Amino acid sequence: MRGIISYGAYVPYRRLDRTAIRSFLGSGGGRGTRSVASYDEDTTTMAVEASRLALRSAPSGTQPDALWFATVAPAYLDKTNATAIHAALRLDSDVLAADFGGAARSGVAAWRAALEGTGSVLVATADIRTGLPGSADEAAGGDAASALLIGEGGDGDEGGALLAEHLGCASATSEFIDRWRTPGENRSKQWEERFGELQYVPLAEQAWNGALKRAEITTADVDLVAVTGLHSRAVRATLRTLGVAEDRIIDDLSSTVGNSGTAHPGLLLAAALDRAEPGQVIAVLSLADGADAFVFRATDALEARRPARTVAGQVANGADLPYAKFLSWRGMLTLEPPRRPEPARVSASAAARSTAWKYAFVGSRDRTSGAVHLPPARVSMVGDAVDDMEPIPMADTEGTIVTYTVDRLAYSPSPPVIFAVVDFDGGGRLPIELTDIDETDVAIGGRVEMTFRRLNTADGIHNYFWKARPVRG
Amino acid sequence: MGSHGIKDKVAIIGMGCTPFTEAFGKSTDDLLIDAAQEAFASAGVDKHTVDAYWLGTAQSGMSGITLAKPLQLHGKPVTRVENFCATGSEALRQASYAVASGAYDMAMAIGVEKVKDSGFQGLNAFPIPNDGTARTLTAAAMFSMVAPAYAKKFGVDEAQLREALAHIASKNHYNGARNPRAQFRREVSAEQVCAAPPVAGMLGVFDCAGVADGAAAAIVVRAEDAERYTDKPLYVKALSFVAGNGSGLLDPDYDYTTFPEIVACARDAYAQAGVTDPRHQLAMAEVHDCFTPTELVLMEDLGFADRGTAWKEVLAGTFDLHGELPVNPDGGLKSFGHPVGASGLRMMFEAWLQLRGEAPPERQIETIAERHLALTHNLGGYPGEMVSFVGIVGTERG
Repeated sequence: MRGIISYGAYVPYRRLDRTAIRSFLGSGGGRGTRSVASYDEDTTTMAVEASRLALRSAPSGTQPDALWFATVAPAYLDKTNATAIHAALRLDSDVLAADFGGAARSGVAAWRAALEGTGSVLVATADIRTGLPGSADEAAGGDAASALLIGEGGDGDEGGALLAEHLGCASATSEFIDRWRTPGENRSKQWEERFGELQYVPLAEQAWNGALKRAEITTADVDLVAVTGLHSRAVRATLRTLGVAEDRIIDDLSSTVGNSGTAHPGLLLAAALDRAEPGQVIAVLSLADGADAFVFRATDALEARRPARTVAGQVANGADLPYAKFLSWRGMLTLEPPRRPEPARVSASAAARSTAWKYAFVGSRDRTSGAVHLPPARVSMVGDAVDDMEPIPMADTEGTIVTYTVDRLAYSPSPPVIFAVVDFDGGGRLPIELTDIDETDVAIGGRVEMTFRRLNTADGIHNYFWKARPVRG
Repeated sequence: MGSHGIKDKVAIIGMGCTPFTEAFGKSTDDLLIDAAQEAFASAGVDKHTVDAYWLGTAQSGMSGITLAKPLQLHGKPVTRVENFCATGSEALRQASYAVASGAYDMAMAIGVEKVKDSGFQGLNAFPIPNDGTARTLTAAAMFSMVAPAYAKKFGVDEAQLREALAHIASKNHYNGARNPRAQFRREVSAEQVCAAPPVAGMLGVFDCAGVADGAAAAIVVRAEDAERYTDKPLYVKALSFVAGNGSGLLDPDYDYTTFPEIVACARDAYAQAGVTDPRHQLAMAEVHDCFTPTELVLMEDLGFADRGTAWKEVLAGTFDLHGELPVNPDGGLKSFGHPVGASGLRMMFEAWLQLRGEAPPERQIETIAERHLALTHNLGGYPGEMVSFVGIVGTERG
């Protein structure tokens, strides 16, 4: 039996109030909020956050055999994005890391490949959804990531390895034009809605019935249902057609997060697993260029294996972002930069030498004095030890702000730079940039945790490193 | 093993210093020629008499050819040195040691920086290819972290600290207003300092040194030869340098209220010069006031004030032009701006004028009636990771 070993979801900190769109533009917008990836986040960094949560709640020592990453908004083409996630998670070099790219369907396609394949696979999905200012896509979209660690249940005690068993899945495929984008465009387009709705509903029924048949259950046996797709009208029509009871449909997060595209099936599955009781059946139906349905049953292991942060907790932990800032973060509004030089591109060879530090935030500790060195060093700052240090992973260590400043002149994709000297619990200090924080919220003594971010981009090379953000909830 | 210094072995016999300004009409070559010519004239020598040259520039040129070409030096050894913002002082240190060693009879230290051709605000370091993980804050932001740390450690009310920092800026502008070579020649009140647009942390525009182009030069000979060139030479009493190990960025014990590199450097310089009570033995000090909190902490690190008291001494006027120990009587980096390679020698130029009684009457200090030593202090880098130079010169050969 295969299924889910652990899971994680990530909803970025910032929220755009949809009414702000109309007040600014005079049109567009709507009610509720949508989540917004920070200027220093991309689909790769968000996938790292979701994956860290998933791996932290997996049985200790769990390493996947493969890491698959799916997104519509890849940070790179030609170059694999999953390798940066692999590095940030400190996975072994024999773990395959590969992208499932291009279409929203690629996320659930990766699930299916993992569920029907062999070994354990960490499937990470992430999207940043936007559209032109005032568009329905801009308001309805959301940014998020999810991660599922999929693998074998095993026997006896090891049977507890799964927190949800995979009961069955089915797909239906059809070529039709509903949503499309040519490479390089900053938004997708959609055909008029009625055509897509009429295409999607029968495909959804086909996949749904196929999956239930394989699981040997009926619709009435499903306790929690998530139906999602970027065609919201088709999703609503599908729910009506399938006759799922209202109280079994889980909140699609459209009024808080928005639709996070490739990430959304995983985000809703995570929300369902956050609240499911052992034995409950969860079905996820995704509409994207066809339909894909998955049926899972929660096991007794679920309660003990839930991630440290729930979807609901992350949805509640958000802060407002002004619309103009949202536009500038998404490249729809270009602001005057500080008259300071832009950063130079990262040296490929220098970055390769410091992969453990740059991507996984691993410092070194002097075996004699215990002094922690961030970044790692060969010669100790205390005593005379040379080449006598052990690696010390610091990504999951919290710290305290010793002093801080706000730099209004330094180059940043979103000035000002908020910066603090952070002392880590158990030793180690690093002066480092803060993120997901307003300057009025910084204080000496504030508690922070590390988060993987994209500092800048030069010559098309993304500069990934870690920042600190306040510990919240 | 030991740091012995070269007390009274070498003397400065001539100096030159260009106006520090946005010299859009002058090239690096022009600035070097102007400073060198003034120094040659001051010592009554020419380029052929000088046996060896040390050129300090952080990023306005590479190699000794940067000086040899504009000055048309034929067959002379010219060494380009760089040591962050202490580059100019480092040139003087190397030239002095070369003469003290007996290798040369006469050497020139010259520093230059052409900053304003970059088109950017502030100073910008030449980018060395790296892994992208180093911090990219401005110097203003790095030094701004000293202010809240100092206030917290010594229980200073933020408004009082703000007042003390404003006094430092205002004092230096008062002095600079009386200096024809300074970039900014207007007095600035403490109120104006406080009302300036914010740059980083609690620092505003007037808490930061400006940016300027400039050059300065000194000619040194063996002390016993000095009076052949001038009847008022400045004898080198101490030249001390410390390059920090950067542990302040890693070590949780570092608290941002002191610069340990400066403390170590000052201790060594005072030992070389035999100074035991700097506040009462020095006639003046030129210090590296890149930002107002820097000068505040330097007063303690250099031993001019007890720990936690510099802010009170500043407000009491101890370091004003006519105070107990005048600090930055020429106006400092605050009034001059900071052409990196030139600043250390510009500081020495003020010691040259003041100790010889040649400063204009409106800024001549009175302390020289009793005292005959001057200190110059030059730093580069940031809190936690800096280089420090401390030099002491005097009019009397011991």
